Amino acid sequence: MTAPPRPAGPAWPETLIGLGLLGVAAVVWWQSGAIAASPMYAKVGPRIFPYMTAIGLAVLALALLVAGLRGGWQPDEEREVPVDWRAVVFVGAGLLANVLLIVPAGFTLASVVMLVLVAHGFGSRRPVRDAAIALAFALAAYFGFAKALGVNIGAGVIEKLLGG
Amino acid sequence: METLAALGTGFSVALSPENLLWCLLGTTLGTAIGVLPGLGPALTIALLLPITFQVPATAAFILFAGIYYGAMYGGSTTSILLNTPGESATIVTALEGNKMARSGRAGAALATAAIGSFVAGTVGTLGITFLAPVVVDFALKFGPAEYFSLMVLAFVTVSAVLGSSAVRGLAALFFGIWLGLIGIDLQTGQARFTFGLDELLDGINVIVVAVGLFAVGETFYVAARRYSGNDEIVPLRGSLYMTREEWSRSWKPWLRGSAIGFPIGAMPAGGSEVPTFLSYYTEKKLSKHKEEFGTTGAIEGVAGPEAANNASAAGVLVPMLTLGLPTGATAAIMLSAFQSYGINPGPMLFQSQPQLVWGLIASLYIANIMLLVLNLPLVGLWVKILRIPPPLLYAGILVFATIGTYGISNSPVDLVLLYAIGIIGFLMRRYDFPAAPVIIGMILGPLAEQEFRRAMTISNGDWTVLVSQPLSATLLALAALALLGPMIWRVARK
Repeated sequence: MTAPPRPAGPAWPETLIGLGLLGVAAVVWWQSGAIAASPMYAKVGPRIFPYMTAIGLAVLALALLVAGLRGGWQPDEEREVPVDWRAVVFVGAGLLANVLLIVPAGFTLASVVMLVLVAHGFGSRRPVRDAAIALAFALAAYFGFAKALGVNIGAGVIEKLLGG
Repeated sequence: METLAALGTGFSVALSPENLLWCLLGTTLGTAIGVLPGLGPALTIALLLPITFQVPATAAFILFAGIYYGAMYGGSTTSILLNTPGESATIVTALEGNKMARSGRAGAALATAAIGSFVAGTVGTLGITFLAPVVVDFALKFGPAEYFSLMVLAFVTVSAVLGSSAVRGLAALFFGIWLGLIGIDLQTGQARFTFGLDELLDGINVIVVAVGLFAVGETFYVAARRYSGNDEIVPLRGSLYMTREEWSRSWKPWLRGSAIGFPIGAMPAGGSEVPTFLSYYTEKKLSKHKEEFGTTGAIEGVAGPEAANNASAAGVLVPMLTLGLPTGATAAIMLSAFQSYGINPGPMLFQSQPQLVWGLIASLYIANIMLLVLNLPLVGLWVKILRIPPPLLYAGILVFATIGTYGISNSPVDLVLLYAIGIIGFLMRRYDFPAAPVIIGMILGPLAEQEFRRAMTISNGDWTVLVSQPLSATLLALAALALLGPMIWRVARK
């Protein structure tokens, strides 16, 4: 595989990254102005560092923007690997399912659904085996890791059945 | 003498049965996550941060230090057998180590890596033992202005000097500083950048950011590269014992690697890439077997960089413990663990918490011995871990990521934030932004602001205090040199 030749003109993803960071800098600047500062702290108030951060971000964003317009910086080694969108979508779907299911269905069920979807995205074609492993793994993680750490993660139907 | 007495106290802490168990747990876990690609010490310690509410500080730090050291040992196994570095610090080991494995000398490569790690880890820990008190004496003279300037220097070196691009490193750093600013300003009680969301008043938890960048971002990245799952594990052949010739070719690189690694790690720059590459080129130049480099694999090219890597990992703990200055992602997360205990690392730590600090340092010696046993006779066990199918491995990492994040506040908002940061992490990987400066900026940024405002309060708002005191001025000058030097050099050469 050889990398597609570097375009002479702007590299759009990198230009967009530069623009995006410039946007972040603008938001930081705007929100820095919104910080309530009592006059008591006028010299060293809570706004100074935020403003300095905004300026730093803006300068760096401009530098990235220029680099993007000049053809970008992404290493050839990355550019020659096209993004496997199907895999990314399945991983994303797994995460989305997890966040939607964790409150109504509990940690274990949400984890099983996520694990099966993510494993599919990574090319596993044995959903039943994955689901079985996921169930055992999620329960072990719930009763072992989470309980040992003393963190409370959403108990659902399955956990309550097992006395968690 | 004082140091030895303190170290003796440390051993009495570290050798308690309970702390030995924590050390064993940490080194075992550390080796495992070091072996597994996709899991690193920063991520693991972030996921384990809730433990700080459960166990005493000494136990937690012995556990974390064991993980940190263990990951350095475990990473080399993956580099040698799989040619996929288990850790970024072991990239160089893969160069010669994998070639050695392919020519049937996997056993010797693993042995020289493990023993070299032990030698360097022990040399590095000795370095911590005797250097730390010296740095502490020096650091006690620091005022807020000096601290702020020192942090600026660390910011520049970790983001601009290491890594492929100063602009991208600094962009990552400033992004992290901004994340660190979100929440209530501790000095005035004002909310900053909360966008009216109550969830953000406490700030963004470093667990969410670390897990988002290192677990979710990494999973997306590997998935997007169309994981084909055909990495070939070189079967473990040949004796694990080194021949007399291999010993005699290894011991000098071990010592040279330690000598290169520790000072670079201990500088407020940190990083393991520079010392490992430096050691690799040194060994290549000095070797009497140059023909083996890049062909059948030269043992010197494994022994030196592995030693440099472990010695620099030890070195990083010096600024972390004595100055409260983290120069790597793992150290930054350990610093946030200190904060969670209400302890401020820095020169005062050695006086206020001698049991903790010296217990931790003593446990590092013990960890090295445990790791030598774990990684040499038991290496076959870790090779089995490498056989976990990647789809399940990465999906499993996401399950742990959920626990670590959702457990903080039981709020799906944290999960959404986690995934958003994961997507940013994915883009950062794909477009060559380093992740560590984000974590360092997030942890160190608020501390830098605190020192800055203290300095300004003392000087009554006079900014020149930063450059009128010689020490602070020197540190800032070094930072400017580190930032602008390479640029000027490039222009001058044209």
